[in-house]
Amino acid sequence: MDRPIRVLIAKPGLDGHDRGAKVIARALRDAGMEVIYTGLRQTAEMIVNAAVQEDVDAVGLSVLSGAHMHYFREVTAALAARGATDVLLFGGGIVPDTDLPVLAGLGVGRIFTPGANTDDVVAYVRSEIARRRSQAAH
Amino acid sequence: MKPKEAWLADEYQAATTRMPEREAVFETLSDIPVEPLYTAEDLRGFDAGTELGYPGEFPYTRGVQASMYRSKLWTMRMFAGFGTAEQTNERFHKLLTAGQTGLSTAFDLPTLMGYDSDHAMALGEVGKCGVAVASLADMEVLFEGIDPEAITTSMTINSPANAVWAMYLAMAERKGADLAKVGGTIQNDILKEFIAQKEYIFPPAPSVKLVIDTFEWGPRVAPRFNFVSVSGYHIREAGSTSVQELAFTLADGIHYVRKALERGLDIDEFAPRVSFFFNVHNDFFEEIAKFRAARRIWARQMRDVFGAKDPRSWMLRTHAQTAGVSLTARQPLVNVARVAIQALAGVLGGTNSLHTDAFDEALSLPTEEAATLALRTQQVVAFESGVTNTVDPLAGSYYLESLTNDMERRTLDYFAQIDALGGVERAIEAGYFAKEIGDASWKQQRDIDERRRLVVGVNAFEQDVQEVPIQLVDAAVARVQRERLERVRRERDPQAAAAALDELRDRAKDGGNTMPAFMRAAHAFCTLGEQMDVLREVYGVYQEPVLV
Repeated sequence: MDRPIRVLIAKPGLDGHDRGAKVIARALRDAGMEVIYTGLRQTAEMIVNAAVQEDVDAVGLSVLSGAHMHYFREVTAALAARGATDVLLFGGGIVPDTDLPVLAGLGVGRIFTPGANTDDVVAYVRSEIARRRSQAAH
Repeated sequence: MKPKEAWLADEYQAATTRMPEREAVFETLSDIPVEPLYTAEDLRGFDAGTELGYPGEFPYTRGVQASMYRSKLWTMRMFAGFGTAEQTNERFHKLLTAGQTGLSTAFDLPTLMGYDSDHAMALGEVGKCGVAVASLADMEVLFEGIDPEAITTSMTINSPANAVWAMYLAMAERKGADLAKVGGTIQNDILKEFIAQKEYIFPPAPSVKLVIDTFEWGPRVAPRFNFVSVSGYHIREAGSTSVQELAFTLADGIHYVRKALERGLDIDEFAPRVSFFFNVHNDFFEEIAKFRAARRIWARQMRDVFGAKDPRSWMLRTHAQTAGVSLTARQPLVNVARVAIQALAGVLGGTNSLHTDAFDEALSLPTEEAATLALRTQQVVAFESGVTNTVDPLAGSYYLESLTNDMERRTLDYFAQIDALGGVERAIEAGYFAKEIGDASWKQQRDIDERRRLVVGVNAFEQDVQEVPIQLVDAAVARVQRERLERVRRERDPQAAAAALDELRDRAKDGGNTMPAFMRAAHAFCTLGEQMDVLREVYGVYQEPVLV
């Protein structure tokens, strides 16, 4: 049997708006995943350390302060530096459409904006991890 | 006329047999059940004299002024701030030209967290969700061409509120203004930061102590300034219900009053300058009831529990802002309708000041066009809808008064729970608010995900996304900020700056009032980060327990 999906939900930087992060953490946990929530005010390095230590399949970043591009770049680079490029990085927050192609170019997965359905987030993480695991198995 | 119960059993039952009730949730957003009909029976025993009174009279349910909007409309105060002080100053001038009657400043996260723009933690955040203010030099640029005696300014600042307020007052003094004539508001509500928005720096006890310093100093030096705006807004944005917002906010206000009394202050000296800030969300009547209940509860607490004698101490004056959390990224133009309904609720609730959100705020900072449309929405309510023609037009509504009573009762129940935990600070440390709000926000999210509640464009009437233009923040902001900071550090008198920081350290250590030291530090061009570092060193920093 597959091991349960492990997800790190992280709040990078100074932004304290944690409603979304907590709701997503709870939704993923209720869906049977193992969820670690970092709490507030994390640096990219702290997030990636936690991701590696906890051996997670996915990292979800929540940013509502407008500083998302900065943090996605930093976390992507820090994951690469630790050789953790197989970890799915996805996110949510106040992210305009115009930034999406740049994030996709960095290898970032889906971004969920205000109004997103938590069932969609669960389904996305589940299918994306399943896809990656089956690729890794082949 | 037959009793309500009989009418429900006969006529209503028959009607819903012929045509069944829709499959909808007949509850307010706070999950208060809503009956099919309200009649005089729901207000049995209701004494309009004691529960409502006249507007401008205890318990102020109908509003804090006798003539309300017939004399003076609410202050149209749009929250603005982004990029550099120069850019935000330009937006301020445009908003004033567009008919706005007061200013409201949004600071960026490094400022809110007490870091200078060139601190490592500020990387990527400078000027993003507000304007960066790291010293008096930024404050002077921000209010260039604006007369602090003529325009009142609200500043959304909490942990570093003492320092930023001192910078504002120092700016006014350098313009030759008389501080006795300078009006405005600092948010300065640290309790709701621990409860909801999480922009705290120091532990609860020294944080509250800094707030009480302003209660003591403010009325003597800047008597037209509201030195606190006790805020439910952020509690609601964090996912609370309307009732939780009301109860936790008033509990916070009561906590400050108790702390100020412990310091030996006279309630009638400070209470008239305690102001409030509530959210206005989608549930129209519940929101109106919240404002009316808030005024009645506060007036009774202040007069009957705390013994305030001055009627101005009894009055709950409040700012309101439409609910950012209700805005959707999908079909963003639909947000214009949400904001209009929320604005109308705020006005029918008797707010004294209002910010209307721009429709594009689920996507980015508002563009100038979107912010102007939001201001125009208030102007339509004010000048076209007719709701301002008479004071508190909904008073006596069976439903609204029942709901107002119900919200008051539920709020008093929450007060009892918080007191049983040992008060607000203890309840914060016990994770009580985090759990209450977390559970409520989870339930609201599931109600939407599972379509028990419909949100237009999100889980009903879905359509392809309309593209709207968004506001971009210039990447040069951080550089401009860094350069001004470097100039400030280079050109100021280093001995004066060091001496001011020493005085601040002494006051933090000996427990004396810190405000004179903050004023001295502002005039000496000490940076915000330097001042907050002194306090971090003395008070320590707070880490909240991680709870999901």
